[in-house]
Amino acid sequence: MADIGAHFIEIGLMDRLATKDTAIHRLDPRAKLLTTLVFVATVVSFGKYEVSALLSFFVYPIALIARGDIPARYILKKIILVAPFAILVGVFNPFLDREPLLTIGDWSIAGGWISLLSILVRFILTVGAALILLACTGINGVCLALEKLGVPRVFTAQLLFMYRYLFVIMEEGMRMVRAKRCRSFSKQDTGMKAFGHMLGHLLLRSLDRAQRIHSAMSCRGFDGHIPSMKQLRLTSGDVAFVAGWSGLFIIMRLYNISQLLGSFITEVIS
Amino acid sequence: MSHHIIEAEDLHYKYPDGTSAIQGVSFRITHGESVAIVGENGAGKSTLLLHLNGYLLPTEGALRIGDYSLTKETLNEVHRTVGMVFQDPDDQLFMPTVFEDVAFGPMNLGFPADEIKKRVYDALETVGMLHLKDRPPFKLSAGEKRAVAIATVLSMSPNILVMDEPSSHLDPKTRRKLIALLGTFKHTKIIATHDLDMAVDLCERTLIIHKGKIAADGPTRELMQDEELLEQCSLEKPLKLQCCSLCGKVSV
Amino acid sequence: MHMADALISPAVGGTMWVASAGLIGYCSKKIRTVFDDRRIPLMGVLGAFVFAAQMINFSIPGTGSSGHLGGGMLLAVLLGPHAAFLVISSVLVVQALFFADGGLLALGCNMFNLGFFPCFIAYPLVFRKIVGDKPTPVRLCIGCTAAAIIGLQLGAFGVVMETVFSDISELPFRTFALVMQPIHLAIGIVEGLVTASVVAFVWKARPEVLSAVSQSKPVGSYSIKRILIILLAVAALTGSMLSWFASSYPDGLEWAMFQTSGSEELEAPEHGIHASLASIQGSTAFLPDYGFASPESEAEEELPGQWPAIDAGTTVSGLIGGLLTLSIAVLTGYILRPRKVTP
Ligand SMILES: Nc1ncnc2c1ncn2[C@@H]1O[C@H](COP(=O)(O)OP(=O)(O)O)[C@@H](O)[C@H]1O
Ligand SMILES: [Mg+2]
Repeated sequence: MADIGAHFIEIGLMDRLATKDTAIHRLDPRAKLLTTLVFVATVVSFGKYEVSALLSFFVYPIALIARGDIPARYILKKIILVAPFAILVGVFNPFLDREPLLTIGDWSIAGGWISLLSILVRFILTVGAALILLACTGINGVCLALEKLGVPRVFTAQLLFMYRYLFVIMEEGMRMVRAKRCRSFSKQDTGMKAFGHMLGHLLLRSLDRAQRIHSAMSCRGFDGHIPSMKQLRLTSGDVAFVAGWSGLFIIMRLYNISQLLGSFITEVIS
Repeated sequence: MSHHIIEAEDLHYKYPDGTSAIQGVSFRITHGESVAIVGENGAGKSTLLLHLNGYLLPTEGALRIGDYSLTKETLNEVHRTVGMVFQDPDDQLFMPTVFEDVAFGPMNLGFPADEIKKRVYDALETVGMLHLKDRPPFKLSAGEKRAVAIATVLSMSPNILVMDEPSSHLDPKTRRKLIALLGTFKHTKIIATHDLDMAVDLCERTLIIHKGKIAADGPTRELMQDEELLEQCSLEKPLKLQCCSLCGKVSV
Repeated sequence: MHMADALISPAVGGTMWVASAGLIGYCSKKIRTVFDDRRIPLMGVLGAFVFAAQMINFSIPGTGSSGHLGGGMLLAVLLGPHAAFLVISSVLVVQALFFADGGLLALGCNMFNLGFFPCFIAYPLVFRKIVGDKPTPVRLCIGCTAAAIIGLQLGAFGVVMETVFSDISELPFRTFALVMQPIHLAIGIVEGLVTASVVAFVWKARPEVLSAVSQSKPVGSYSIKRILIILLAVAALTGSMLSWFASSYPDGLEWAMFQTSGSEELEAPEHGIHASLASIQGSTAFLPDYGFASPESEAEEELPGQWPAIDAGTTVSGLIGGLLTLSIAVLTGYILRPRKVTP
């Protein structure tokens, strides 16, 4: 129940970020979607003991956060919120993979620690990229991009409908849970049967709502397909954005920039 | 100007589950009239209104809207003639942004892009909500939602406006504004409402519905003075027409 | 039970993407041919319902833990398989984008595990077979429960398989499956019972909703066999192409795997039912290629079974370089930050 309220606020906040008007926000949503996909694909294609090469990929989310005027702290907080999962995923690695992989002087570091670190880094990168895509594009933009990239209209239309009514139905659910709480006194949680009834009620209301929406739609001439008037125009800036970043990702995938930089520095120093 | 006329003849409607919501209703509303439809909860107001723009087709009886009698074939024309504002604006505002929502009707009617844009701007201007055009509808306040819902209908330039409890869930000031706005419309208006004071303000004529039938049809002020009738139909005299408890005068 | 980007190889992720994208296309086409303009608002609102329902927890009697509705089977019962698959997919899209649940690459896997199995296997082969043409409350309940359990079992198996294929040589398939399946049996039973109780409620309150849906012939109109054959062919093709591609970058296929169970990994630590398990990293892994770009280590990769000599120099330079690039990235961000115009 606390969850539902928190989720509610969360979605609203992400949505507000998407209404900003920066150079990043103004980019064609298709450009941002494609670039994000290339980013995720290159990041996950690294080997499991790779850490240093992955670090250079931080340049993309950081640049977008900066140019898109997205509160870095907020994104970080969201990533940390999901992080328990990633930590759980990797936390056993150090125990299972004790083969020493690195030795620095007298120390040796087991492969498991490296792979744990690698999982965490790629987790932050991929999750961050998805969040940032949304924060500077918005769900409408993402859906529009999907549509223009060939995803069927039926799918995007019902996705947008779902998003639209998420708020309404979550609020209805929240009210029901609250009313239930008020009457169930000491028992904190809901038992399975009562829970089924409550969901059943919520479901019936949702069905009624769908019916009313449909009547409102057909009163305005709806005949089964939702017209779309929005057009997108790919500018040279958009193309440059996709090409530039994708090129950079591929270069960073092929050459370990961190390693090269490090070698250069250590050589200069010694 | 026959196309602004609504004429119902012995209308009956039975829901699929067997509820007889409308049981023999007849009336004639002519061009430019403002008519309030009042009655207690479950009287059948919403059901009746859903007929007026063809969402429900009568199980018995006939309905004439403008130049057309209501059948499956004339639905498109009826949609153009009658604009329907629903009780819960959340049901009516289903598109991602206010602009797209107001454009939904004109787009379905197949207007060219620039005409659509003009209609959207005009409609939003009329209700004073143009500044919200890029906002998602669920972020609006109740009053703004209501105004935008009205704009979604105005953009189809209907001759007849049908509204289901437009003043419900509004704070007093927003309600005032809405009444003032509706007062400026020259359309034929049919307004279902529990807000009898609004009915007095906006509508010279009232239909009282009771248990699916018409209990009374006449000038609003007269009906609202008939305490026996109001009592019978579980209604209460509007505050406006009640004697002021302090000074004993009727306010209007 | 969401798969996450960090856990799958590009080959597996890409294959499942293609499969799920194909299914979305197929379902959309199917829906357009069965003309019913009530569909789109109904799908959207039910998607929102499932989303909201997933956030309400209930306690499971006698266990002290709690669960929630997954919703896949319920959607299939209410909407038929095609529309349900689209709705489940869009719920997953919103979860991936707003809550970072799973991630973009894993989306294909998740759609397949949580959408395909309940809609196209469990619904037609279990639910419809049990319920038949004349639904009764008892049949509906048994059908929902059984179908939800089987759907979830298959979904869990999907997770296991995707995991195994993400790193064929290393993952102990048996251990993994032996942990995943029983956990999801427990979750499936709960899910099934909740689905059944919701359906029973609706049956009592508004039977026409269910009878209308369950009698609309979605089953006869498509051939499961054909879908399966096409899917298998597509998967085999893209899978082999991608793994050929990936094998020219051997590091791309190395993955230590681990999965939490449960439909909400976020809450897994709080709600006891969702256990977790570790994966084992075999010692026969591909050679660690820490110094990826340097020519020496690439040469060494071709000598299997021998650990590369990693000299401290490379390590230190990697460390320094890594910190340096990171700071450069942060600095770039700082410079790029739009100046706040203070009035
Ligand atoms: N979809 C429906 N199915 C069955 N009965 C309905 C439905 N909608 C309304 N009713 C019933 O029809 C009657 C009239 O309802 P309605 O027109 O909504 O009343 P009002 O708007 O005056 O409050 C009520 O008894 C109500 O229960
Ligand atoms: Mg009503």
